[in-house]
Amino acid sequence: MCDCGNSKDILVPQVGIITGITQETPDVKTFRVNAPDGGKLFEHMPGQCAMVCVPGVSEGMFSITSSPTNKEFQEFSIKKCGILTEQLHSLEVGDMVTVRGPYGNNFPVETEFKGKNLLFIAGGIGLAPLRSVINYCLDNRENYGRIDILYGSRSADDLVKLQEIQDVWMKAPNVNVYLTIDREQEGWDGHVGFVPTYLKEIGFKTDCIGIVCGPPIMIKFVLQGLKEMGFTDEQIYTTLELRMKCGVGKCGRCNIGSKFVCKDGPVFRFDQIDELPNEY
Amino acid sequence: MYKISLKDLDTLFREIAGNNELILPVKKAGQINFGAYEEGVETDLINKSVKSPKDAFFPQFETLYNVKKTITPADELADGEEAANTKIRTKLSIEMEGLKDKDFVIFGMRACDVKGVEVLDNVFLSDPADSFYKARRDHGIIVALACKEPEESCFCTVFGVDPADPTKAKADVATWIVGEDLYWKAVTEKGEKLTESVKSALTDADEAAVESEKANITSIMDKLPNTKLSLEGWGAGKTDEKFNSELWGKIYNPCLGCGTCTFVCPTCQCYDIKDYNTKDGIQRYRCWDSCMYSDFTLMAGGQNRTSQLQRFRQRFMHKLVYYPDRYDGMFSCVGCGRCVDKCPQSLNIVKVIKAFDKEEKGGAV
Repeated sequence: MCDCGNSKDILVPQVGIITGITQETPDVKTFRVNAPDGGKLFEHMPGQCAMVCVPGVSEGMFSITSSPTNKEFQEFSIKKCGILTEQLHSLEVGDMVTVRGPYGNNFPVETEFKGKNLLFIAGGIGLAPLRSVINYCLDNRENYGRIDILYGSRSADDLVKLQEIQDVWMKAPNVNVYLTIDREQEGWDGHVGFVPTYLKEIGFKTDCIGIVCGPPIMIKFVLQGLKEMGFTDEQIYTTLELRMKCGVGKCGRCNIGSKFVCKDGPVFRFDQIDELPNEY
Repeated sequence: MYKISLKDLDTLFREIAGNNELILPVKKAGQINFGAYEEGVETDLINKSVKSPKDAFFPQFETLYNVKKTITPADELADGEEAANTKIRTKLSIEMEGLKDKDFVIFGMRACDVKGVEVLDNVFLSDPADSFYKARRDHGIIVALACKEPEESCFCTVFGVDPADPTKAKADVATWIVGEDLYWKAVTEKGEKLTESVKSALTDADEAAVESEKANITSIMDKLPNTKLSLEGWGAGKTDEKFNSELWGKIYNPCLGCGTCTFVCPTCQCYDIKDYNTKDGIQRYRCWDSCMYSDFTLMAGGQNRTSQLQRFRQRFMHKLVYYPDRYDGMFSCVGCGRCVDKCPQSLNIVKVIKAFDKEEKGGAV
């Protein structure tokens, strides 16, 4: 065993304690994570990810959904869809996990985004990485122009962070929120229809930066829609998601072309994605 | 330059092993692989090892850390914890595995394998550096050996490796077998230090014998069938034309996805991180993995490389285009020829390069 207390490797995580769990939708929970002695495990930037592990089960890369402006804790919104996420969903407040990160690049909130109008387009759990950016922008409201948020899900029950959307985002200055669900549903008097279709119906101006996250099929049609509306590849950002193990561009899993999504991504501009081999 | 008679080699090995851990090509059950020196061990300094010696720096299996689980029964929780409504049942604590902290000598690496370590260095030592690998590199002393009899599968010269002169690769000491002697030349400071410590076993020697041996090796190499490969069309910036070629579809088919090529390769660096459930906790270890395996990129939501064609293409694109893109044009193949020897379907990087070359020159594949 290592008795050299200060030596630490990039692959060795910290212990985190779950201090809050919110059931967002039937299959999405948001986990609040703190260091065992309180406080945050590390600082991050919007768009960055972390490896969350249930020891003995598996470790997986998740986007950090809370904004760095939140000084108390970090949050991960996680959809139950595999072995690890099923285990995570069975955890309770007070349970411990291991966490390492933050990994990857971030949305350029302090550079390219500054002073610009922003259009966020999200589908389903795709809101998780964008929520970090949105809250960061709202907490530094004076640094950004108009903010439009278009968010859709399968049903009203599948809208993640609905409470926060209604209580905070919809009431923030110079912010417009457009919600939609795929199919008619009792008790829903909002818009019904797929995100890409609704996007064209609203017809946003091109005086903004588009930030897109959601299922691949949604991204594909949203991109098409934005381009028809006159957006250029250089104006649109998204995140890629591939299998990851190390988080630091060495284990080879998320390699695509000369990029490693865990290290060089997950945030890419569409003109950068165009240069990658079509294998994502 | 020093030398030692081949029949006294064991004295040299014993001398080295007296101060440091010594790893060298060992013949066991008819197979040559790098392993620890022990009294009476049978070595083979002529033939190629089955696996590359990359294990010395990047072991096939290594523990990274242990997670200890301490279970606190509910009735033993402190009052404060209950009051805070924090249900502590299982406490986790992490103990990192110790890093290599003693020098070791790896004897008999060939120039191609030393170059292979350079390829791994780019990956593991680039920011953020892998401290397990770095500790081994810091403490490892490489004594390279010029190839006595380059084999038919060898093609290291294609990738700029000189099998006759390990001083050109980043070895600490270079050695040659000439006649009945082993010639020894320190290259780096680390090598000088090692030389100093074993000097009693060595005698002064003249470099002329080594020069004629070098010419000998070069002339054997020149006659080998795979050393005339052309890398034209490969390298940085070639993603689009090579990735989109229909040739992959014509040549990948025999690939069984067994991953043998990746396990014997000195430059393959893909790894997995897994858990082993011990009685008292979890041992988290790293082990080699292979991009040739069907579950390599599999996620709960599907995967991006669903066919063997895609996986096959990924391996060669990575070695011949993506890696050079990232590391200043350097290829991630050193021409050791192990995949040529070991693929059960006789499919290998030489075949891939030849097939593309032939197609680009207009011939049928």
